[in-house]
Amino acid sequence: MTAPRQPLLIAALSALVVALFLASLLIGPAGIGPGQSLAALLGRGDEMLTLVMRELRLPRAILGLLVGAALGMSGAVLQGFLRNPLAEPGLIGTSASAALGAVLAIQTGLSAAFPLGLPLAALAGAALSVLLVLALAGPRGGTLALILAGIAISALAGAGTSLVLNLSPNPFAANEIVFWMMGSLADRSMLHVGIAAPFMGLGFAALWPTRRALQALTLGEDAAASSGVHLGRLRLMLVAGIAALIGSATAVAGTVGFVGLVVPHVLRRAVGASPARLVPASALGGAATVLVADIAVRLIAPGRDLKLGVLTALVGAPFFLHLILKTRREGL
Amino acid sequence: MLELRALSLHRAGRPVLNGIDLRIGAGEFVGLLGPNGAGKTTLLRAALGLLPARGHSSLAALSVRERAHAAAYMPQGREIAWPMPVEALVALGRIAHPHSAGSTDRAAIERAIDALHLDPLRHRRATELSGGEQARTLIARALAQETPLLIADEPIAGLDPAAQIEVMRLFRQLAEQGHAVLASLHDLGLAARHCTRLVMLHQGKIAADGPPEAVLTAGNLGRVFGITAHLVQGPGGLMFQPLDTLRGGAL
Repeated sequence: MTAPRQPLLIAALSALVVALFLASLLIGPAGIGPGQSLAALLGRGDEMLTLVMRELRLPRAILGLLVGAALGMSGAVLQGFLRNPLAEPGLIGTSASAALGAVLAIQTGLSAAFPLGLPLAALAGAALSVLLVLALAGPRGGTLALILAGIAISALAGAGTSLVLNLSPNPFAANEIVFWMMGSLADRSMLHVGIAAPFMGLGFAALWPTRRALQALTLGEDAAASSGVHLGRLRLMLVAGIAALIGSATAVAGTVGFVGLVVPHVLRRAVGASPARLVPASALGGAATVLVADIAVRLIAPGRDLKLGVLTALVGAPFFLHLILKTRREGL
Repeated sequence: MLELRALSLHRAGRPVLNGIDLRIGAGEFVGLLGPNGAGKTTLLRAALGLLPARGHSSLAALSVRERAHAAAYMPQGREIAWPMPVEALVALGRIAHPHSAGSTDRAAIERAIDALHLDPLRHRRATELSGGEQARTLIARALAQETPLLIADEPIAGLDPAAQIEVMRLFRQLAEQGHAVLASLHDLGLAARHCTRLVMLHQGKIAADGPPEAVLTAGNLGRVFGITAHLVQGPGGLMFQPLDTLRGGAL
């Protein structure tokens, strides 16, 4: 039934992502024409323009694509694993821990002394959270143990972040922390792309093969385990993959909420509720969403630096409420 | 098909399974009986290797993939998390098979859909079906796995009488075709009528094992279930009707 529609959906979403990626390259305060921009990107024309395109807009567009795909894919995988449409990637504690790492880097001055200090500290926070979650949930721990461990670590990391803000003797650092946590893709460089891309690659590679297992989990853990799913291995791949994706996304973009929750929700119906088909669709949908949001922050308030995370939450939350009401009406 | 030797499992220091020895061969439809808390679900899960237990289980000793080729399992409760079409759920029976998109798989899925008369429902969302239709979908999923052994935990709980009889008859047919079926059951009447063999579990031990008329005796029913019953050997097999509790009400 839905089978012939799936390639069509993927093709449409891919086309949308490509169009938005180009749009992201072409829109900015410098007001360069499309032809000129693309020529500059390829190294023809004005040297200054080439610099703007290659050092400012290209990394921003690439990061929008990667961060969005990471959020969308993680959300789809986690919702499938937990069999819960309200799960979001932050649930296993990675984003809060990555944020704590970043906050510590800002507070200690590491980020100012060394340009990669912040993303590397965030990645270290994410890695620590994975080890803690896996240790707390135990080798045979069930889904509930995993969620509880994730919630505990999120709460602890959140408290750590608050403590840093609370005790911060320097109002500028506190200010910087607050703004960083709102999430943004502005003023990122190719260095950020270089840091995020390998972890993103690992994360995508770890999560991609989980699709069949997610499909089987539709009938519960026992049914999946007896039909050939190695639950322990699945959980390890899933936690490591989500942590690599969300850790590196948080490291380069701060906290961007609601994408990982809303995108799988929106696309679920289009893929016939199949958790396996939702994974690629949601990755593309997430990329499109973050690219749109990042274009929107540039268009809505040019020069005011409206934060990406603020916009996604501002639009995402009411939209999510609408979805819940719709779902309730249809009893889906 | 299935061999359990001295299978034991303790939970919080209390034995839940205590030295279970059981062999099930081709052509048998074995009903696993016992009051609530006797250890039926624990026994099935431990036999499948889903719970760590002491002793030997021929299934638990296999790798995850080998096990999926040896036995299909239908857990209690009929969980269906997403509103997926019936056909897609039946196809889940094939995930342990290396060529899951191939024509052998397609054929296995179609056979399972035919066996359960699911063709008219194949594009319907499983979550919108009746309990009986969902049960048929999940049985089809297990059949699509094409294993010699089928293990089902309370497969007829919550179904109407017609659906219950239909499921029991299907399991009996599978046994006659050379499969082995092990199902935990609460309906002693249907178990007596359709199973080829009954195993009665009491406080983690096998209290009785044999053909229905040898297991469903007044003595066993009183000792294990605490009930009296009316038992008659009828034309279609043993007829069973529970009458009263022994201790003037177990509650």
